[in-house]
Amino acid sequence: MLFSIIKNRIEQGYRTSKYPNEEIKLPERFKGKPEINSNCEQKIAELCASNCPQDAIDPKEKTIHLGKCVFCGLCEELSNGSFIKFSNDFELAVTDPEQLIYDGMIEKLEIHAKKHFKKLFGRSLQLRQVSAGGCNACEADLNVLNTPFFDLSRFGIQFVASPRHADGIIVTGPVTRNMKKALLKTYEAIPDPKIVIASGSCAISGGPFRGNPEQLNGVDGILKVDLYIPGCPPHPLTTLHALLTFFK
Amino acid sequence: MDNKLLKINNGQKIKLADIPHFSFDEFYEEILSLALNDYYIVHYFAYEDKGKIRLVAVLRRKNWLFVGISDTPEKYPALTCKCTKFHMFEREIAEQFAIKPVGHPWLKSVRYHANYLGKEDIFGNDYSEDIPGRYEYYSVEGEEIHEVAVGPVHAGIIEPGHFRFNCAGEKVLHLEIQLGYQHRGIEKQILNANKKQLPVIIESIAGDTAVANSLCFSEAVEALANIQVGMEAKKIRGLALELERIANHIGDLGALSGDIAFLPPASYYGRIRGEFLNMLLAICGNRFGKGLIRPGGIRFSITDKQKEEFVNRIKKLKSEIVHIGDMLFNQAGVLGRFESTGIVGTEIAQQLGLVGPAARASGILYDARYDLPAGVYQEIPLKVVTEHTGDVMARALVRYNEALQSLDIVETLLTELENNNSYKHTEFELEPDNFVVTVHEGWRGELSHCIITDSKGDILRYKIKDPSFHNWMGLAIAMRNEDISDFPLCNKSFNLSYCGFDL
Repeated sequence: MLFSIIKNRIEQGYRTSKYPNEEIKLPERFKGKPEINSNCEQKIAELCASNCPQDAIDPKEKTIHLGKCVFCGLCEELSNGSFIKFSNDFELAVTDPEQLIYDGMIEKLEIHAKKHFKKLFGRSLQLRQVSAGGCNACEADLNVLNTPFFDLSRFGIQFVASPRHADGIIVTGPVTRNMKKALLKTYEAIPDPKIVIASGSCAISGGPFRGNPEQLNGVDGILKVDLYIPGCPPHPLTTLHALLTFFK
Repeated sequence: MDNKLLKINNGQKIKLADIPHFSFDEFYEEILSLALNDYYIVHYFAYEDKGKIRLVAVLRRKNWLFVGISDTPEKYPALTCKCTKFHMFEREIAEQFAIKPVGHPWLKSVRYHANYLGKEDIFGNDYSEDIPGRYEYYSVEGEEIHEVAVGPVHAGIIEPGHFRFNCAGEKVLHLEIQLGYQHRGIEKQILNANKKQLPVIIESIAGDTAVANSLCFSEAVEALANIQVGMEAKKIRGLALELERIANHIGDLGALSGDIAFLPPASYYGRIRGEFLNMLLAICGNRFGKGLIRPGGIRFSITDKQKEEFVNRIKKLKSEIVHIGDMLFNQAGVLGRFESTGIVGTEIAQQLGLVGPAARASGILYDARYDLPAGVYQEIPLKVVTEHTGDVMARALVRYNEALQSLDIVETLLTELENNNSYKHTEFELEPDNFVVTVHEGWRGELSHCIITDSKGDILRYKIKDPSFHNWMGLAIAMRNEDISDFPLCNKSFNLSYCGFDL
């Protein structure tokens, strides 16, 4: 039996990525940070805006709301890339909700990372995750950070069971009415100073459920959010980049 | 056994007027006698049409679906008293449309929301109050008895739900599972949504089942909008559904191993799960296959280069999966924990109407891909994987063997792929006054969507049923007389959906 464990160990080898010391290139079709052509014909921008399932596009200003966008790529398909084209750059997180309204430029997250957060949490960051109406895709791709490839704990970042042990919460889902109380109680149980991270389109804006009366259109309405991580769900690397840049 | 319902195919469009319409008494007798024999319930729900509430039952037996519609009284003697299969369905109807199943053994709200009609609440809940409202929990009394309450927020990165254990010492006498925390009101939202939003909402019912859900949705829309889909698109749809299945089965085998602290398979399978999600990512840009399937076809083709690469990757992964599986299933410590833990016997599984791997592990021979094949599954020869012991071991083995079978299916589909998929974004118009039900075998089991259109071709009722709707009760039963410390193991062997159930 031991023999089989050793054989498998040799076959599996060492799988942990060297990120962030070495870059990772995601597949061509991955939809990351969009490129916007602000000189695109108005008609095409309007076509994209009217077909956008999330109403994330403003055709006049030629912007796309990264917190509402689910990165389905329909606008790229309809404009044939002439208006919006999704690059495979996964660095999407922002700290200021204004910055979610994206016109082709995102200020580097480093600029907004607060020194005192780095000082407080840079060496050890313990997060409590709360799923508040998520479809389990965000949750699954947060869990993945604990697999050998990403191995989040090598950076001193861990997901913990008790809010009492946590430095902050990472929320997924649009915050359903039925989870509001539990979310607030979890938040209250975390000792100060604490941070709030909204992960995924739902937690940022309500996502596909925006406007639906059974939910609250995201975390913003009830808690002050420090970090927004767009995506549907955010790619694990988007989250990893956000956590490392903001806290390390 | 003959029956009075209309016999239909999976994904067949039916005029509402062609569905037999019964008086409630006749309907009651009919569906009860069928469900007491070897018919299973796919759907049982209410809808409102021009101010009248009607009940719809969709049953299945072997290769057929059967449908009937009935008038609705405000209350009626609960079917659940005579046939357990109706248990959750009747609670759901009571919650959504305030129709009372009198004498229902455990009539409490399913998801905690006000009913659709603004009528007086059956359960006496005040919905301006936050959950958990005014419902009782099943309780056991006695000197040594204690209760353990867990959730809604759990220890890990998991969805919310409340679990109430009644224990005598370490032993669980009964587990009650109260969900609803993820309730987003999807079925109701769909009625008010713009058509362009629908695919995205559907993909967010349950992210880990995004492919199966969008497949059920797309096939239902295609039937009602008379859209034909080419064979290449069907193949890629099947391929995506199998990748979804493999990723989840393999991931859960790793998690099961982690739950008993046997870490090598947990790490290896955890990583390998990602390989399959990454294949979906390479195809459509999303690790969960969101954005791939739309009414009319699939939005992305698989290039020749990808095809070759995937075939090679799958060959390599398959041998790794088998090597790890040999290590897992031959370890005495693993067998000691997996075997005879969380048993659900065949008879109970039948009574509860369990579906998917959980049912097959208890010896029930039903797989929607085999029994009600749609799309590419009409062309794929499939052997239904079963076990008979109904314990954690059986559920693990079913999932392991299904994953291996799915790997073969993916390989075959890839080699047969011809690459002439054409898709153009199109709008669809649904035929008025029609009905369709679609069924697919998601990785958790039978997933089904049902659409009823009104006289203008708008959606009058959209009903979604996740396999978890049948199976949560199976987990509760599996925990009876088990040690409470075996809950994580039993839970993971089912790995049911909270959001898919809560809608």
